[in-house]
Amino acid sequence: MKLLEIKDLSVNFRIPQSDDVQAVKHISFSVDRGQTVALVGESGSGKSVTALSILQLLPYPTASHPSGEISFNGTNVINAPNSVLRRVRGNKISMIFQEPMTALNPLHTIEKQIAEPLLLHKKMSSVEVHERVLELLDMVGLTMLKDRLKSYPHELSGGQRQRVMIAMALANEPDILIADEPTTALDVTVQLQILDLLQELQQKLGMAILLITHDLNVVKKMSDYVCVMKNGEIVEQANSKELFAKPKHTYTKMLLSAEPKGQPQPFNDNAPILLSGKNIKVHFPVKAGLMRRVVDYVRAVDDVDIELRQGQTLGIVGESGSGKTTLGLGILRLLQSTGKVEFKNKDIFALKPKELRSMRAKMQLVFQDPYGALSPRLSVRQIIEEGLQVHQKSLSKEERDKLVVDILIEVGLDPDTRFRYPHEFSGGQRQRIAIARAIILKPELVVLDEPTSALDVSVQATIVDLLRDLQVRHNLSYVFISHDLKVVRAMSHNVLVMKDGKIVEAGTTEQIFTKPKTEYTKSLINAAFFIESQQSKAS
Amino acid sequence: MLNISPIAKRRLYQFRQNRRGYWSLWIFLVLFMISLCAELIANDKPILLKYAGSYYSPVFFAYSETDFGGEFETEADYRDEFVQELINKDGWMIWPPIRYSYKTINYNLTSPAPSSPDTENLLGTDDQGRDVLARLIYGFRLSILFGLSLTFFGSAIGVAVGAMSGYFGGWFDLLSQRFMEIWSGMPVLYLLIIMASVIEPGFWTLLCLLLLFSWMTLVDVVRAEFLRTRNLDYIRAAKALGVSTFVIMVKHALPNAMVATLSLMPFVLTGAITILTSLDFLGFGLPPGSPSLGELLQQGKNNLQAPWLGMTAFLSLAVMLSLLTFVGEAVRDAFDPRKIFVKQASEEESL
Repeated sequence: MKLLEIKDLSVNFRIPQSDDVQAVKHISFSVDRGQTVALVGESGSGKSVTALSILQLLPYPTASHPSGEISFNGTNVINAPNSVLRRVRGNKISMIFQEPMTALNPLHTIEKQIAEPLLLHKKMSSVEVHERVLELLDMVGLTMLKDRLKSYPHELSGGQRQRVMIAMALANEPDILIADEPTTALDVTVQLQILDLLQELQQKLGMAILLITHDLNVVKKMSDYVCVMKNGEIVEQANSKELFAKPKHTYTKMLLSAEPKGQPQPFNDNAPILLSGKNIKVHFPVKAGLMRRVVDYVRAVDDVDIELRQGQTLGIVGESGSGKTTLGLGILRLLQSTGKVEFKNKDIFALKPKELRSMRAKMQLVFQDPYGALSPRLSVRQIIEEGLQVHQKSLSKEERDKLVVDILIEVGLDPDTRFRYPHEFSGGQRQRIAIARAIILKPELVVLDEPTSALDVSVQATIVDLLRDLQVRHNLSYVFISHDLKVVRAMSHNVLVMKDGKIVEAGTTEQIFTKPKTEYTKSLINAAFFIESQQSKAS
Repeated sequence: MLNISPIAKRRLYQFRQNRRGYWSLWIFLVLFMISLCAELIANDKPILLKYAGSYYSPVFFAYSETDFGGEFETEADYRDEFVQELINKDGWMIWPPIRYSYKTINYNLTSPAPSSPDTENLLGTDDQGRDVLARLIYGFRLSILFGLSLTFFGSAIGVAVGAMSGYFGGWFDLLSQRFMEIWSGMPVLYLLIIMASVIEPGFWTLLCLLLLFSWMTLVDVVRAEFLRTRNLDYIRAAKALGVSTFVIMVKHALPNAMVATLSLMPFVLTGAITILTSLDFLGFGLPPGSPSLGELLQQGKNNLQAPWLGMTAFLSLAVMLSLLTFVGEAVRDAFDPRKIFVKQASEEESL
């Protein structure tokens, strides 16, 4: 008998005023003891819903199961009474979530949170619980926290929080661990550590892992068996080796080949310098005491020099908190910054607000999150034409509309959709709208702040293609900020590596990726391309 | 067809789903429309009359008695039997359904004022012999108009202050917040009573006096909303486009704050109506003789032997305030994004 068997499972969501949404359609798969099964798919494919329905954690009765059976150790959990479910949840099957920021209660100490599943499911004395918590911390590699059991989640780093979550999940030695995008919110170097930890713990405890992810590299590293999901259906399931060697379904093939590839167009070395910055600093004051006196500064960006020529892309890479986004906003003077930034030979820090405002047409910005970057209350046309209304007041309504139509065609969207509202578009389409808004003013500099990070892999590649295409056509200069080294390699001519607000290394893309000089850059690159490095080791 | 965004459509749908609020809004609107035409419904002048071959409309224009062959040069008193005879001899008159204005005194009462309801005065008369129904219609209109103006001006000031202190933050925010804390600590009622004894109260002076204190209701919600939105990416994007601060505030940030503002607005309106009524009740409100529900309440208190006064004032106030509160609840539901789930959760509980 399989440990967990899912047969013909469907999940529907009730939506008032319209038909039910079928989030999961008749899927079947099973998990054996000690096995790692991966559910892979892009956002909206139903993988998280599947995972949540195993623990019956969906918002019933809005959600319902029109068909199917989920049997764990031979008992069906669908519509099982709460008392049965409670014995399974956190005890036999436990779960770790994507976002360690919000999955831990900010008001409880880590000791209390790790002890909670123990107190709920095991009859242990408080001394035993304390011992067990220490043991668990050892197990997940948080030995240094043993003296800091009374810490609160905000005192820990992202990786440490994820380890605390794993400790909580493993407290009762579950048979199955459901890991819902366990590393997506973490920096690359930390991702690798967490994945190694999970593998190590799996061998030690002999548990099964149901891994939910969109990242094929993680799947390749971790799983024995893979189910590829698309639109609520499993389109292909096979052994990991088989699937990666011989993908059968076109969708799987597409996913495997979807990574951003290629290189930017070679650029003219003698092109004029568009943007140069010297000693750029962005410091946030730390205030303390009764009079709120400034006692110190958070040096988010400290003494950074940059240079960008016309038609060139400058990649800025670094882990979260390295100050790369702050630098991008500082260059555009959207944050208070000091130093000297010259754009088209004009010192933009010396400009008056009005001059700066007219200058803004030439320097634009695209944000990471395509959901937050578009006002939900304006139609696509209103969003795109806003810049025209500010900078080209002489245009008539018809002329503006024509420009909007042209730009929508240029970024690959149907111009008839311009009367719709942002929520009717997918993430990739929204990012195209945001790009259209930025380039309709014919800027010369576009700061791209993680423009692909919130998107699915297959969409990432198309956005990268679009950006490269636009660059050649309009001779645009990009400042490309990303933590994703693969995308940076596909986009940029030059790369800056940032850490703690300082530049660690700078050079051409070729130099940085093939002959990194500093240890930090090396570790970043190793972590980002870990599959390749492992393969090269094996061969 | 109006171009309604899908989110507005959803809200409209949610609003209609709250049947009580939806019908309350219609009933309220009908009552308000009727009261707006008060002059055509309750008046001591005919709507239209024909005399000697030409038409007159005394509701809108003043005619002297001599126009109808009378003796006085003053405006014709159409309730006078002598004038009625003069006109009926050579024409006809169309009267409003209620032949009393709010200030018309019925001198032909069969019993001493306040007289009880009869076929002539459907809700009786007050202690000065004026028709209660006519005063009710005019008083209803006055209350609503006063409430609407106070709400409108108060919200305009409140939204502006809240928007600025939320968006700019810093010193402006600090000072305006501290000022409001002090200002809201003032004993409003006593101040109003003292002011009312110094200044001759009228509709506009009273409105200004109340405005001094009522603009603060919305500041906090609007401020909170602007504090939140000013760091959103689309506000940054607008800044990066070079959009001016004012346009950013109005076009991008304000719509977010409108949700909170609109859901509070009906409650602000009921509050405004209540405060006018209570000031009238205490005798510090509108000038004597104005048709007001508060004054009617006071008469009811002074004439307990005439229960129709108190009952009328109480019932009309109760109906008006309940209708507005129901509308307010429906508006709140309409703007609540989680409303559907709440409903289902309660269904689940009832199962």
